Amino acid sequence: MNVDVVVTVAKIAVVLGLLLQVAPIMVWVERRGSAMMQDRPGPNRLGPFGLFQALADAVKFLFKEDVTPAAADKPLYLMAPALALLPAFTTSVVIPWGPNFTWDGKEYAFTVSNADTGVLLFLALASLGVYSLVMAGYASNNKFSLLGSIRASAQLISYELAMTVAVLAVIIPVGSFHLTDVVAYQRTNTWNCLLQPFGFLVFCIAAFAETNRLPFDLPEAESELVAGFHTEYSAMRFAAFFQAEYTSMAALSALGCTLFLGGWSLPWLNYEGMGWLGVALGLGTLLAKVGVCMFVFVWVRWTFPRFRYDQLMRLGWKFLLPVALLNLIAVSAMTLAGWL
Amino acid sequence: MELLVFLIFAFLAVAAALVVVAHKNPVYSTMALVFTLFSVAVLFILLGAPFIGVLQVLIYTGAIVVLFLFVIMLLNIGREDSQIAGHKAQLFFALLGAVSFGSLVILALSSLRPKVLAPLTPELVSLKALASTLFNEFLLPFEIIGLLLTVAVIGATVAARRPTAEESAATAAERSIETKEARP
Amino acid sequence: MTSYLPILVFTLVAVLFLTAALLAARLLRHAGSASMNLEPYECGNEALTFAHDHRFSIRYYLIAVLFVIFDVETVFLFPWAVLFDQLALFGFIEMMVFLAILVVGYVYIWNRGALRWV
Repeated sequence: MNVDVVVTVAKIAVVLGLLLQVAPIMVWVERRGSAMMQDRPGPNRLGPFGLFQALADAVKFLFKEDVTPAAADKPLYLMAPALALLPAFTTSVVIPWGPNFTWDGKEYAFTVSNADTGVLLFLALASLGVYSLVMAGYASNNKFSLLGSIRASAQLISYELAMTVAVLAVIIPVGSFHLTDVVAYQRTNTWNCLLQPFGFLVFCIAAFAETNRLPFDLPEAESELVAGFHTEYSAMRFAAFFQAEYTSMAALSALGCTLFLGGWSLPWLNYEGMGWLGVALGLGTLLAKVGVCMFVFVWVRWTFPRFRYDQLMRLGWKFLLPVALLNLIAVSAMTLAGWL
Repeated sequence: MELLVFLIFAFLAVAAALVVVAHKNPVYSTMALVFTLFSVAVLFILLGAPFIGVLQVLIYTGAIVVLFLFVIMLLNIGREDSQIAGHKAQLFFALLGAVSFGSLVILALSSLRPKVLAPLTPELVSLKALASTLFNEFLLPFEIIGLLLTVAVIGATVAARRPTAEESAATAAERSIETKEARP
Repeated sequence: MTSYLPILVFTLVAVLFLTAALLAARLLRHAGSASMNLEPYECGNEALTFAHDHRFSIRYYLIAVLFVIFDVETVFLFPWAVLFDQLALFGFIEMMVFLAILVVGYVYIWNRGALRWV
């Protein structure tokens, strides 16, 4: 066995291990967080602070009846949850989780995939998420599902544009798609959220829309569409959608932190000289930042009301896209002048 | 390892392409098209052109096929309509397509023959090389693409536009006249 | 190539994870279901039509077309962004001309009301 393969397998194991924890933890955070904001106790019976609630939920998902409607398109109905999980899992391969480490005298980057296309790969894989929504809505043969899925796909593609342009503005001064280079750039300069506040704003708004979270949860608006594209889904298949949503939220938060909030680094601290401790601290720093972002997702959910669909489209096409383009032009002009 | 990945995805690309052509339900065809295009992207990456592979995923599978799906859902989702054209007409168009494709291939091959192409190296297909060729050598075509995209934007808007208030008022008036005339 | 292999590994793990979960659920849960459960959910009403009998607003199509066109535009921004320092002022002006042409189209669709949803 050669060392490179062992290192890659180890990295894959660490990242997958982290990703699989996201959904159970977030179930607890979301339920307890919502309860805290609404001044009620929330789930508090199972374990200390209701920590085992996620476990109970998982058991419940296993034992529930799994309904496939008679009118549904069965192969596609089965495929949709799998298609939801794929982009959620694969996008995080390009995220640098910590400083480079040496093993057996060779230096390795703490990213699963050291591809040249870096952040572009993230965007490309994330753009595949739209199919699970369309498939779920189409295959269910339910009016609520279909309306939810068509809304969701139009929303996703509208906000994807603004997000792509905002990400590009970060790339211009760095000159590389490698996210490790983006982190290195932020370590020599300042965090990008200070250098490009408008780009950061556009990215954040688009991130909420891309993950179908409130205030942009029109695809599953309970008051009008029951549960939107996954109305017919139950038991483990519903759990798969649930997991995909939280995992893609985490992946997108990790991307946002890496692009705009310094990634695994902290200002005035040098993790690189500390060996394995530095690697662990870098990973811990990024996870802490992602955790804060995830909490903001929950916080925003209980703070803002849902948009109307025309408002959503207006915001995406008439506000975010022009702002993202102007930000891109401004950043490129400033890079040209040598200010960035 | 590389051969194995190639074989899997080459097979997947061809099999999915066959499904695209053969399946009766247009939604299945579109989903199969996603698999074909994704497999082709993997083949691009295997050939050492990762940028093109990733763009293939981003543009073709991530955008253009979504448009196809929208069109299919817009028209009449999932219904395999009775074939409007007869089998003879289909055969005619299939042959026409085959002939024009064949002649295109012959033309392309014959025009390429005299040139000796330099073998592609990683430096030649790298993103930076691509960018410097695109933005220096092919400056005018690049700007013309911008014009083309603008024309496409305008064309799509005109094609899918909603009637203005006056026009819809006019058609409503026409309709009311028609219904009045229809009544004895 | 080797840096793209982990994506396939992640894909396989995601699929295996789902398959394992679904199989476990199939073994554990009670079988059989009331036939009522298999009807499309319509808040308790009997469904008169299926979802597949209905069509969509053309505006979704327009949004998809506009997305494809602007997405193609961003494709040209990618190589430009990476090579920005080498292309310098020349590349900047070149891209501004390209964007200006596209902004004409953008202003047109805005004025035309294509971005207005209601």
